[in-house]
This record gives sequence, C-alpha cells and structure tokens, in this order.
Amino acid sequence: MKGELPRWVDLGLLPAVNLLAALALSSLVVLAIGVNPLAALAILVRGAVGYPEAWGYTLYYATNFVFTGLAVAVAFHAGLFNIGGEGQAYVAGLGATLVCLGLDALPGFLVVPLAILAAAAFGAAWGAIPGWLQARRGSHVVITTIMFNFLASALMTYMLSNVLLDPTYGSPETRHFAPHATVWKLTDIAARFGFEAPRSPLNAATLLALAAAAFVWVYVWRTRAGYALRTVGANEQAARYAGIDPARTIIAAMAISGALAGLMAVNEVMGSQQRMVLAFTGGYGFVGIAVALMGRNHPVGVCLAALLFGALYQGGSDLAFEISTINRDLVIVIQGLVILFCGALENMFRPALAAFFARERAAA
Amino acid sequence: MEGVPALALAGVDKSFGAVHANRAIDLSVAQGSIHGIVGENGAGKSTLMGIAYGYYRPDAGTIRVDGRVVEISEPQDAIRAGIGMVHQHFMLVETFTVLENILLGAEGGALLARGEAEARAGLARLMAEYALEVDLDARVADLDVGAQQRVEILKALWRGARILILDEPTAVLTPQETDRLFALLAKWRDQGRTVLLITHKLREILAITDRVTVMRRGAVVATLETARTSQAELAELMVGRRVLLKVDKRAAVPGAEILRAEGLRHVDARGIERLRGISFAVHAGEIVGIAGVAGNGQSELIEALAGLKPLAGGRILFKGAPVDPPGSADACRSARARRIAHVPEDRLRMGLVASFAARESAILGYHDDADLGSGPFLDPDATRTRTNRLMEAFDVRPRLPELRSANFSGGNQQKLVLGREIDRDPELLIVGQPTRGVDIGAIEFIHRRLVDLRDAGKAILLVSCELDEILSLADRILVMFDGRIAGELPRAAADERQLGLLMAGVAAAA
Amino acid sequence: MIDDALAQAVSLLASTVRLAVPLVLASLAGLFAERSGVVDIGLEGKMLSGAFAAASVAHLSGSPWAGLAAAIAVSIALAMVHAYACITQRGNQVVAGMAINVLAVGLTVVLAYAWFNEGGNTPALPDPARFKAIVLPLARALADVPVLGRVYAGLVSGHNVIVYMTVALIPVVSFAVFRTRFGLRLRAVGENPHAVDTAGISVAALRYRAMVACGTLCGIAGAYLSIAQGAAFQREMTAGRGFLALAALIFGKWMPVPAVLACLLFAFADAVQGRLQGVSLPGIGVVPVQAIQALPYLLTVLLLAGFVGRAVAPKASGIPYNKEK
Repeated sequence: MKGELPRWVDLGLLPAVNLLAALALSSLVVLAIGVNPLAALAILVRGAVGYPEAWGYTLYYATNFVFTGLAVAVAFHAGLFNIGGEGQAYVAGLGATLVCLGLDALPGFLVVPLAILAAAAFGAAWGAIPGWLQARRGSHVVITTIMFNFLASALMTYMLSNVLLDPTYGSPETRHFAPHATVWKLTDIAARFGFEAPRSPLNAATLLALAAAAFVWVYVWRTRAGYALRTVGANEQAARYAGIDPARTIIAAMAISGALAGLMAVNEVMGSQQRMVLAFTGGYGFVGIAVALMGRNHPVGVCLAALLFGALYQGGSDLAFEISTINRDLVIVIQGLVILFCGALENMFRPALAAFFARERAAA
Repeated sequence: MEGVPALALAGVDKSFGAVHANRAIDLSVAQGSIHGIVGENGAGKSTLMGIAYGYYRPDAGTIRVDGRVVEISEPQDAIRAGIGMVHQHFMLVETFTVLENILLGAEGGALLARGEAEARAGLARLMAEYALEVDLDARVADLDVGAQQRVEILKALWRGARILILDEPTAVLTPQETDRLFALLAKWRDQGRTVLLITHKLREILAITDRVTVMRRGAVVATLETARTSQAELAELMVGRRVLLKVDKRAAVPGAEILRAEGLRHVDARGIERLRGISFAVHAGEIVGIAGVAGNGQSELIEALAGLKPLAGGRILFKGAPVDPPGSADACRSARARRIAHVPEDRLRMGLVASFAARESAILGYHDDADLGSGPFLDPDATRTRTNRLMEAFDVRPRLPELRSANFSGGNQQKLVLGREIDRDPELLIVGQPTRGVDIGAIEFIHRRLVDLRDAGKAILLVSCELDEILSLADRILVMFDGRIAGELPRAAADERQLGLLMAGVAAAA
Repeated sequence: MIDDALAQAVSLLASTVRLAVPLVLASLAGLFAERSGVVDIGLEGKMLSGAFAAASVAHLSGSPWAGLAAAIAVSIALAMVHAYACITQRGNQVVAGMAINVLAVGLTVVLAYAWFNEGGNTPALPDPARFKAIVLPLARALADVPVLGRVYAGLVSGHNVIVYMTVALIPVVSFAVFRTRFGLRLRAVGENPHAVDTAGISVAALRYRAMVACGTLCGIAGAYLSIAQGAAFQREMTAGRGFLALAALIFGKWMPVPAVLACLLFAFADAVQGRLQGVSLPGIGVVPVQAIQALPYLLTVLLLAGFVGRAVAPKASGIPYNKEK
C-alpha cells in the first residue's frame, strides 16, 4: 500500500528520526550562542541522570508530563485537540486545594483521596465544558480550550489574590497544607523507614501517573467505551450509524482528558509544593502536547516521551547553572521543535523512509 | 471531418501508489465530434480526464491539442489550450455568487470592477445563445444542482473552451434536464467544437455520441463508431464478459407485513423538505426496490428508517408497533435491537471505519454484544473470532482480521459490511446502493445473498440508482421523485420506459 | 466638570486606540491566514518573535525603521515555517501554530539572554531608536478649542507612526479582500480549494502568499509592542494578545471591519480595567480586574457557542489540501 512502512519503522524509527531532527536544530541554536553542543549535551545528560537528586527531579517533572501527555492523547483518539491542559490542571489545583485546606480535619486516608478526586473532578469539568460546547453548540474545541486557559488564569488569579490568599505571605499563595493532607514525598517515605533519600520533590503521584497510563491503555483499547471513543474520532458518521452518540462521547472524552490533566495538580500542589501558588502549572500543560505527539498518543510512548522531557527540564536547569550564556528556556526551544517535527512535520521524512524500505524489500 | 484530432493522448500512464489507474492509454478525439468514454466505476475514466485537464500529472505519455504537443501540468495549461471541464462533483465556491465563481481564475485584471462589467455583458450573450439561464447574483449554495451545472458550463465557455469534458454530467439530472444538456452538446458539435462525455450509462452513449471509447481496469479496450455498436457489445467490453443482468430467482412469496411507513416527512438542515409524505409497506419474503434519480429523497428515506434522520411528520411501524422516533443514537440502537439491519449507501462514509482493523469494522454497531467481552470490556479475541467467521461466510479476501479496512477492495469492504448485517439474522434489511464501486464478481455474490435472504423469509428494502439492479432484484418497485413516491409497480408490470417517466416525475402515480 | 469628563473620555479613547493597534494588526494577519484556509493559532508566536527582532535590531542599529524591517522579516520567516508545515507537508495546522508559539517563547528568551545578558530582555531603547508620538499639525494650537480641538489634540494627534499606519491599513485590507483579484482568490481558497485548483490557480502559491501577508502584519504588531509602545523586548511580552486577536477575528466573523471593531471593544475593556481598579461602581460594587480581563475570552466562547450571534469559519480552514479527496 501507498507509503506503508513496517510497524517498527512507523512506531520507532520515524519518531526517532523526527526527534533527532528537532535535537539537531536545537544544537544549532546552542552553537549560535557560542557553546559547543556536545559539551552542552554532556552537561545536560549528567544533570538529568548523573546523580541521585537529578533522577528525583527528572522523574518528578516526567510525572507532570505523563498526566498532561495522556490528557492530550485521550482527546486525540476522540478526534479532539485539547490544548487546554494547562487551564484544566490549574483549575484542578483549586479542587485539590479546597479539600486539603477545608477538610483537613479529616484523617489523611480520607482527605488525600478526596483531594485527588476533587482535582480530577475540577479538571474534568474544565475539560467537559469545552467538550459540551463542541458537541452541542458546534464551537471548535481548539479555540474554546485556548479561551478556557485564559479564563482559568483569570479565575485562579482572583481566587488566589482575594479568597485563598494567606495574608502572612507577600505573594499570592495559600498556606501550607497540613502534613497529613499531602501526598508523600520519597524523602518522607524513606525517612519513615530510617533511610535518607536524595532531596527532590519526587512523590507518590508518580505511581498515580503510571496507573493513569495503564488506565488509558485499557480504556482506549480494551473497553466498549474506548471503542466508541475511537470510532467517533475516526469517523463520526460511522459512529452515529453504529448507535454511538458522538456528543456524549466527545463530552466524556474531554472530561477524561481534563481529569488526567487535572491529576497533575496532585503532583504539583499536593506532592511537591504542598500549597497552591500562582501559576503552579508552569506551562507543563503545553509540554503535554509535545509529549503526546512524540509518544504517538500511546500510553507507553507518552511515558517514554515524558521521561525524556523530564530529563530535559532537569538537565536544562543544570545546564543553565553551569553555562552562563545558556538560559533554562532552551528546553522550551527544544519543546517547540519537537512539536514541530513530531507533530506538524511528522510525515516529512516518511516518503524517504518508505522509498528506502521499498527498495530493501525489492532487493530481498 | 477526420483530419487532425482535436485532442490526442498517447501512451498516458498514471499510478496512485500501488493503484495503476491508467495503463498506456491512446485516445484520439476528432474535431467537431461528441466522443463518449464508458467504463465501470474505477475503470480510470475520471483519472484520464483529470490528466487531460492538468489536474493530475501523468507518469508518462504525451498530449496533443490540434496536432501540437502541449505540456499540461496544471489546469492553467489546459485552460490555455482551450480545454474546459465540468467535474462530476462541481468545483464551485458555495458562499460565492454565480458571477464570482465564473470570475475566479479569469478576473481580467488585478481589480475586480472592470472584469465584472465585462463578464456580465459577455455572459448575457452566452446565456442567450445556449439557453443557459442563471441568475448571476444568486449565491451558488441557493441554486439547485441543474443550475449549478449550468454555472460550471458557463465557467468553461467564459474561458473560451473549444474542447469540453463532462464527467458523469447526467448523474444529478432529471431526464428532461438531460435532454436539454444533450441538445446543447449537439449544438456545440454542430458549431465545430468537441465534446468528451464520460458516463457509465450506455443508453446515453448510444443516444448522443459519434464515437465511443471503452475503458476497463485502467486500459482502453476498444474505440468504436457509435452507429455500429450496441448496448450489449459495449456492456460486454466494459466488464470483459457477458453481464448477468438477470439473477436466478423464484417468484416471491410475501408473508406478514414487517415494515410500514406512514406519511414520512423530513426537512433537512437548510430547511428543504426532502421527504414529502412517504407511505409504503414491506413484507416478509419480498424485496421492495426503490428506484429514482439520485437526490430525490432516497438517502433520507433509508436513513430515517434506520433511525439516523429525524422525521418532521409521519410514523414508522415495525411488525405493527411504532419504532422509537428516529434521529438519535438511541434510535439506531433500538432499531438494531429489533433486528432491523442497515447496509448504508456509502460504506466509507458510514459503513465502516477506514483506519480500523477489519475486526473492528466488523463489529461496528454491535460492539455492545454480550459475546464480545464481559461487562464494559471488549475482548479482541472474540472480535477476531467473529470476523474470521464473517470473512469465511461472505468470502472476504484477504482473510486478515488485522488488516486495515481501507486496504480491502471495494467489493470486499462491501461484503464485510453486508456480512456483518446479515450475520445478525435480521427481520428487515435496509440496503442502499449495494454494489456501487464493486467489481462484477462481488456484484453477483451480493445479489445472490440478497435473494437468499429473501427466500429465507426476510423483508428487504433495496434502494439503488442502477435501474438494472432494481429490475433484476426487486419483486415490487417504488419510484421516488422529489421526496414522494411517484408510482408503484409490480416487477412483472415494470418496464424501463415507464420507470423512466416516473423517475422524471412526468407520469402520474399508477 | 464637563471639561473633566471630556478629558477623561478623550484619554480613555486614546488609550483604547493605543491598546487596539497590536490587536488590529494581528487580527488582520489572522484574517489573511484563515481566509486562505490556514488556521493560525501561531499569531502570538509570530508577534513575539517580531517584537524581539525589532528591539534587537533597533538597539544595534539605532534605527526604528531597521527594527521594523527586521520584525517583518523574522515574522515572515516563522510564517513560512508554519506555511511549509501546513501547506507543503500538509501537517496539522493547530499543532504547527502551537509549535510556532512555543518556539518563539523559547527562542526569544534564549537569544536575548545570550546576546544581551539582561535576563531574557533586550536593553532599554533610547528615544531615537523608537517610534515616538507624532504631534499632528495645529494640534497644540487647537488644544484649547472646546470639544473638537481637544479631541483632535488628545485622540487624533499624538500617536506613533505605526498607529497611523494601522488606521490606513484597515480600508486597504478591506478593499484587497473584497474588491481585488487576490482577495477573490483568497476567499475562494479558504472555502473550496478544489474550485481554485480547477480554475487554474495554484492553491499552494496562494496560501503561501496569504501567509506572507500574515507574517508581515504580525511583524508590524510585534514591532509596535517593543519599539513603539514599549522601549525594549521583555519575555513573553505579547501576553496572549495573539489569542485575543484571534478571538476578535472570530468575533468579527472573519470580516475586516467587524474584526477591527471587536479589537476596539477588547481594547476598550482593557483600557477601562486599568481605570476601574479598586473603584466601586454604584449598584455593582468593586468589579474584580480579572473579570474584565476575562471578558473578551468569555464573549468569544459565548459567540462561538451561538449564544450571541453565530460565527461560521471558512469551510476549508484547518484542512490540508489534497487533490485526490
């Protein structure tokens, strides 16, 4: 068939080539700054995985990206492009915070699950509204989710500076959560058993991220609802013919997507910061787009891509620290190039690879 | 009259990926003639004309216009060489006015004002000369298809076309509009211009063309003088062997009434009434055929019966009981639960999901079946088992449940869809255009299965734009025109002429 | 008292105009892209890169005009990357736009940091390197004439050259879109590219040209931010204006004049917001700043949902052109 590639090429080699193209261009940027890209890469790799604390940070960042990447992936399978992960995670932080601050009279085994559920529910709602608007009112989910990011930002700024503000601080942030109303950090767990773990924000939300990835795989490929979701994404007419309600499916997909993005708040607000601060989402919602594109919208791919981006974020900090002319935002450049090459230009190298493998086959 | 041909193609070859659409085509079209090109769907007619018009670039071959070799690599070159084309799917901007559409690409300057004035005057002349009236300031979206086609023809004329290619121009026309079009083409020929008419309707070829080229599987198999050929000869050339127009079948033994439609009305999103009070019944053990020119409400009717299109009035009774009001996903579900099966008109648009593995398309609409998994889960092995069974029973090739649905041929896709629907042992099968874009072998297979299903005592409602298909399968024939049943005839009493008049809305209901 | 109110109104409207200019430019840029069938959520990134280029070059050369030219060049370059991905490679247009945005955020800061060492900003520009306010003839003399004179001096006069350029551009764009050959083809290609192709016009070339126009206008918008309204590049200084412009474009139903009016509305809300901080309105109380900030986005959501009017996008926008379909 036309342009059909062996499966391993399609799923492995092609993304790798795209990634390499993105990294090659990034190193040109590094070169333009007057730094040797190989030296920079060495620092970056060492900074990402070269010592125990680095691993902690890498995994902590990766956890955020797994959540936001899965969010983009699930929506994608329903034919939707959710670029509102940032806003959904932000509003989810409100849900987690309200429970952690308001219900901390409850014991930890109640308040923590409730807060996690609240984060998921708030994120789900912030995703489901654009889903509803697309399904029932015909407004495009891309534009609506962009608008909802700004609406989330306005809402949260208002909440943090007027309602949830801890007056003893100068900046708009809440008070620290009670220790039992947080998600355990690795350091705390280790301390409980008498060890000393490397200092990092790594916390139990990482396990939640792995569970979320497993959930997404089962949901999308092994359930009837997932079948309906993929049918709507691939051919809405066929879905209607099959008795699947596209509107309901779209709303559900956006709710699940929003909930997944929302779980990022568990890692950031309940695990790492243990309080809510202004703009805690830090653009991680947008990283999810790059992660999903690179991971070909498959949970395994998303986890791998998230790990890579986690390493980039952590290694990037070290790089900025060691080379004074390089800024941490270099990671954002790489992120942009990954979105470009793995997303918008994903098929640029396909014809060349297809021709190559067609020749191989002919020769064989 | 022979002399230098107006258009001559030599050795034209074109592949789309693995599909070899045109194989070393030689074609010569005489000046001042009407030249027909016939062939089955997928024979390569449209691709060939697309190449002549510069829409596709040939892999090899040359094109001569009036004896001179011309390089036609984009439509601009074809237009300059005096070639105009009326595409099967009109190439119009719906939000534009007629005038804007005609000006597009022939604006007559960087500013529109002057070109507009010129075009108005020139088009008025053309419209008068060729009886192609159309309101230049009307929005194209508001015009009916006949008028839209006139806009397309005006577009070609305004660009000074001397060679006009028409791709299946009559598919959307009533017989009367067809007559008008043919009169125009004849006038053109008499003025010394050249017409290429692509169609799969042999009657039309015999009625109007001077010569006819037959294509099969991407190659030219013959070019004949129309006067010295016959419908039978052309049909045989088209398919490569004698067509089995008659399906071997016994007389129907109709049983109890299964489906009754009472006064069905449907209004589409643009507010146009597509069904204007349709009533009829289908009994067990009979095939009721609905004939008509495409676009007279047949699609809306079968989609309403299958639960997809909402009704503005009337009701549907299945075995005497009213069904859920159609137009929702729930209605489709409950129709399936009552064992009303539906093979949609367009399998790629609705009948299957091109990007899914065959085993996933094979459960479309049945993904909630209890035997496909437990609880909310779907078991891939169970779907594979079912698909293997369907593929076996309906001879779907290749027998690969994991192959992407898009990678099957049209005939095998259709057999998969039909198999999926028949497999559930339906009481009523609603089937639209069952053999559109299907190869001849699969047509026979599909027709056979439909007759077998009837003989098993099931009710079948068949909608087809192919009159031959209706005549060979149906036990009773309804003709639709303009959202109404224009007439009903038992098969034995039906002949093509009478059906043709009913399809044109000329004859009163019998 | 009345005098005071007039002064207030004139100053409010003058700042509305100043705030509207980048929105108008970006919105018209988006109009070219989207009318041609390319959905452009990358306006933000093109503007941002333009702002950075303008400030950098104005700083190095001392000339605002060189800065403006650089802004346009860089913004067009990004538009071409976008166009290559969307038109030639038939990539996902939204993803491409997103890539442009993210890339611009990262690249501007990284380069500013490396080149100027001011924490991701460019050095503050001296006045000669900026577009300064122009006092129109007689503005001073007429400033004391009641009403008309004050409006002339306070609202019509006293803007920088890009403001006047933008005002002049509005009728030009409108004319180009509706009364020229390019405009006819532009509107057609966003609705039905097949019709354009079969009419003998190259779909790709047309869309590339539209993207050049889009890049040009985004570049001017960026330059306005960093060397006319502002005096340096600051990280992420576009602050969502590209998306706001996109919202205005949708609000204006992809038509030039209504889109400009929407920009003015959004800019007015912005201007009012600055003045309302902490002010208690009779019957409403204190309106939170964030509510006014959120207003344009909320309005756009409501519009798109059909709660206030209805906006229908060009039919072919967002869909890569493929002959065989």
